[in-house]
Amino acid sequence: MSTQPVDILNMRTRRTWSQNTIRLLKSAPFSAKFGMVVIAFYMFCALFAPLIAPYGESEIVGKAYGPASAQHWFGLDQIGRDTLSRVIYGAKNTIGIALVTVLISFGIGGVLGIYAAVTRGLLDNILSRIVDVLMSIPVLIFALMLLAMLGKSNPYPEIFGKLPLNLILILALLDSTRVYRLARNTALSVAVQDFVEAARLRGEGMMWIVIREIVPNILPLMIAEFGLRFCFVFLTISALSFLGVGIQPPTADWGSMVAESKTLITFGKIQPLIPAAAIALLTVAVNFVVDWFLQKTSGLRDEQ
Amino acid sequence: MHPVMKTVLQRLGLGLLTLIGVSIIIFSSLELLPGGFAEAILGQGATPETVAAVNESLGLDRPATTRYFEWIFGALKGEFGTSFAGAGSGWGSANKRLVSDVIGPRLYNTFFLAAMTAVIAVPIALALGMLCALYRNSWFDRVANALTLTTIASPEFFVAYVLVFFFAVKLRWFPPLSTVSDTTSFLQHTFKAALPAMTLTLVIIAHMMRMARASIIALLSSPYIEMAKLKGLSPKQVILNHALPNAWAPIATVIAFNLAYLVVGVVVVEVVFTYPGIGQLMVDSVSKRDMPVAQACALIFAATYILLNLLADIIAIVTNPRLLHPK
Repeated sequence: MSTQPVDILNMRTRRTWSQNTIRLLKSAPFSAKFGMVVIAFYMFCALFAPLIAPYGESEIVGKAYGPASAQHWFGLDQIGRDTLSRVIYGAKNTIGIALVTVLISFGIGGVLGIYAAVTRGLLDNILSRIVDVLMSIPVLIFALMLLAMLGKSNPYPEIFGKLPLNLILILALLDSTRVYRLARNTALSVAVQDFVEAARLRGEGMMWIVIREIVPNILPLMIAEFGLRFCFVFLTISALSFLGVGIQPPTADWGSMVAESKTLITFGKIQPLIPAAAIALLTVAVNFVVDWFLQKTSGLRDEQ
Repeated sequence: MHPVMKTVLQRLGLGLLTLIGVSIIIFSSLELLPGGFAEAILGQGATPETVAAVNESLGLDRPATTRYFEWIFGALKGEFGTSFAGAGSGWGSANKRLVSDVIGPRLYNTFFLAAMTAVIAVPIALALGMLCALYRNSWFDRVANALTLTTIASPEFFVAYVLVFFFAVKLRWFPPLSTVSDTTSFLQHTFKAALPAMTLTLVIIAHMMRMARASIIALLSSPYIEMAKLKGLSPKQVILNHALPNAWAPIATVIAFNLAYLVVGVVVVEVVFTYPGIGQLMVDSVSKRDMPVAQACALIFAATYILLNLLADIIAIVTNPRLLHPK
């Protein structure tokens, strides 16, 4: 009986984390890959806007409504600013504001939701009833009314500059009700399971249970929800800016850019469609990625 | 009492409580500002005398609870007080306008647009959703899935301007702006509202189709449907006798839920086409900070939204075969 010598050099080792990630990304369907490329491109534009943009954000470089040319690919806007530059700066402003809003919303909703699910006392009851009522008003309508009351500008310009603080806080608060609902329900379904009970019986503290047992189990769903909430907030901010009560000029923002150039469409020009398409492309891309991510992590497919 | 009645009454009670809660929230938004509304609109010109004068002319000097009950009982009769718009110039009583006069004709226009959209969208969406569910994973289903995802993810104004670009500017089939008035005839109104209705239809069909598809797939994969198939029933019998009785609830929910969604979509679309409806009125009043009008619009939108969701729940309860035959 001859034994084969073990080929030590070619033995398969455990894959490293980065190898796993690359394998996972390679296995993604076309739509998800497309989505990731688009998101990466937007992130690049947003981060390096001042370097990429050929002209300044509110720099007037020519006549109003100048046509598209070699210097100005998308033409000039109603007061002679370069549309391409404003679209690039718009990535920074619009995505940045939406991202901050969603982060605040997850901060409030996530923490309160998990806390309510773990303690399940009076607080849970009160919060859940309040959230039920708040969620029965459509976000756009609620936000419009609050903006009417509090005003669309920022009450502390010396601290926050041009940041639309009212808009961010109002949307973050309204959106956190949706995050609360999901965080509470998913955390609750984890909190009643045996391994959490076991941890409790061995005397672990609440923080330990939340961080080591509950958060890892609800994380995939919350990440997917983050993508979807981002899309929703992003679309709501764009809609509010389009209606003239969101992000205010001269800040370059896609929603208000559509509103500013909307008369051009009746002359057969596509200027208003450019920022609108930029919004649509990003939300479609995020949706594609979230779709794939959800299938990957939950193993749920509606075909089954 | 019959269990169905009991559940329906419970749900109605809950809906009523929600409505009261929402009306309190909408009303109290006026009390949110630290210095009060008068100080906020007067800005630099706010002296104690002017603030008091504005408060008195707007009736804001009386206690909030009194004003809330006046407002809510007025709203039940269709009266929402007077608009701040006319009061802005001299705080006099001569140029005051009743909110209900401003809202009335616009409510009809919005209702017209919503009804027109629903009539077109509901049958198409349900048919397409069923086809997708029955032939799932076919090329038809895949194309429909990608298209609906794209439509849902796009902002309404993008869909609207693409339609304007092709149907109003290039093909010249429909007018790009939907300016209607009281004297517009029914046919003319339909023609002018064609593009806004098409925009809303596209957005709503996408939502409705996906929901209909998902709920029908969930239904068709349940064990009793498999049982019916296994005992040798024809596909037609399976669908008509076994699937359909249980499908009414999800279908009704899908329809009502999406009509509720229409409430929000209508705001942006009305502004795009300058269609004189409630949505455009609300945006105008928000820009002018005309609170009584904004509050009235918000209350109408929120109440419609809540009532439609309530309707969906009640239909789901009433058509649930398990509740109809109590043990």
